[in-house]
Amino acid sequence: MVLGYLISKEFKQMMRNIVLPVIFVLLPISVINVVPRIATQEIKHINFSVVDNDHSPLSERLVHKLAASPNFHLVGTFASYGQASATIDGGQADLIVEIQPDFERQLVVDGTAQVAVATNSVNGMKGSLSSGYVTQILADYSAQLRDEAGLDASNTRLARLNVEPRYLYNTTLDYKLYMVPALMAMILILICAFLPALNIVGEKEKGTIEQINVSPISKSQFVLSKLIPYTVVGLFMLTMAIALAWLIYGYWPSGSVWLIYVMAIAFVLVMSSLGLIVSNYSSTTQQAALLIFFFMMIFMHMSGMLTPIVSMPRWSQTLTLVNPMRYFMEAMRVIYLKPVGFAAVQEQFLRLCIMAAVLWTWAIASYRKTQA
Amino acid sequence: MNDNIVIRVEGLTKQFGNFVAVNHISFDVSQGEIFGFLGANGAGKTTAMRMLCGLSVPTSGHATVAGYDVERQPELVKRNIGYMSQKFALYDDLTVTENLRLFGGIYRMSRRDIKLKTRQLLTELNLTNERNAMVRSLPLGWKQKLAFSLAIFHEPKIVFLDEPTGGVDPITRRQFWEMIYRAADRGITVFVTTHYMDEAEYCDRVSIMVDGHIKALDTPAMLKQMFNAPTMYDVFLALARQATRG
Repeated sequence: MVLGYLISKEFKQMMRNIVLPVIFVLLPISVINVVPRIATQEIKHINFSVVDNDHSPLSERLVHKLAASPNFHLVGTFASYGQASATIDGGQADLIVEIQPDFERQLVVDGTAQVAVATNSVNGMKGSLSSGYVTQILADYSAQLRDEAGLDASNTRLARLNVEPRYLYNTTLDYKLYMVPALMAMILILICAFLPALNIVGEKEKGTIEQINVSPISKSQFVLSKLIPYTVVGLFMLTMAIALAWLIYGYWPSGSVWLIYVMAIAFVLVMSSLGLIVSNYSSTTQQAALLIFFFMMIFMHMSGMLTPIVSMPRWSQTLTLVNPMRYFMEAMRVIYLKPVGFAAVQEQFLRLCIMAAVLWTWAIASYRKTQA
Repeated sequence: MNDNIVIRVEGLTKQFGNFVAVNHISFDVSQGEIFGFLGANGAGKTTAMRMLCGLSVPTSGHATVAGYDVERQPELVKRNIGYMSQKFALYDDLTVTENLRLFGGIYRMSRRDIKLKTRQLLTELNLTNERNAMVRSLPLGWKQKLAFSLAIFHEPKIVFLDEPTGGVDPITRRQFWEMIYRAADRGITVFVTTHYMDEAEYCDRVSIMVDGHIKALDTPAMLKQMFNAPTMYDVFLALARQATRG
């Protein structure tokens, strides 16, 4: 009853804010529409320079093969490594392929030849990925040459090991499909941690909290009146994000949709409780904003959103065990990519519930109606 | 008179570190009384009032408000009091009606009562046309009258007013005090701090705090006689000059 009055007050204030309702709508649209397109780890345009010291038919075929690949673009063929290197220095090229003077002869006589690949590794990720692509194409080329020469795989030392990967769940290795569920988690953390963090401390700054503290409202009612509106807003934005992902990219969760909502409610309760705790301990909105920003940065980077948790150092892997974002992100990706039921995410769900219970109790305890 | 004492304070003390903000104050306030709580800035008025409202825990001493111990039963105290803080504390992004409905709801008034009293109050305050205006758009004098009305909206036994007329024009101050008298006539005890000495004259009894102590407590007439002063202003000056802090 009292709670009803308080919640209606929160919603009125939220909707009368000039910025908030706009953000609630714009954030899912911009994040789901823009970020998956730009935050991609697929390298599509690799500019390369060639130093062909051999000028043989076989070396030329190799260059053509590289240039024919959709990911590669030939900048030019140069007489010396120095000249080619200038194209990397100048930023026109990302990598140099240098073919040895006796490339064709060695291939014909020995069956092996060397090609040197130099990559601009200022961006380490792009560097290693693009040199990986070159290696793949070279392997392909040598296989092709062996076939033409009629060499049987069984009678050569360079026995060809043909790996044909079959990708499960995300069958086309679509990076966007991997990112979209993670971005939904990001939208929720932005709204459901940030806004509650600014809320109670905002009432402290305005002085309105005095009128609340001097009334017989119970602490849990007051805290609940702050949690529920943000949960509703969070679920609204999540719904928008799910709809947008379907409209724009055609992605629909492979698992069931209600599972997403169950996980989201647990996650939002954790994050908004944390926001309220921060709000209770802060005396200005500036303090609260900086503090919650600190948590958000760490949660996002240690969630496995951009870098896999298994490749983190051991100590940081341990830290991710208390990161709510990690569990929600894992669950979101699983539900989106695999046709699974509750059993597949129950561990994540339980951990989020434990965190929610602890943080909610803490949020109530840290809200003080009476000063010592 | 003793059987209808609604505020009883005995040796109430509040200490922040080495600083004793309120030092062993004792007094009683009876039902329906208008009790003026005077003192220079920093004398400890607000701190004392916050302890009586259950917003701040006393370091030592006892106080009962409306029959409940402020230290052990602050939530029961809060059920029976109204409070108007020094700083305007209504939601300025809610309308007049919405503020009334919210606080009526918080004090568990019935929907019907809220509606009825809202209409009555809006007429009384001449705010009927502004009922759907955001509170932030009201002039200060109206805001203060609204804040007072809200503090007594749920018919508390006692209302605490912390400098309710600061910055308000003389005409509005006059109307404000008429509202205070009407509340007192209904049996609501009024506990009020002020810096305006003409307002001190309107009180039934006045206490004057200096450096955390209560230096004088009596009716305005008796105080003037005691200090051989023509006005409360002179009484206040005589006492406040003794202050060593602030």
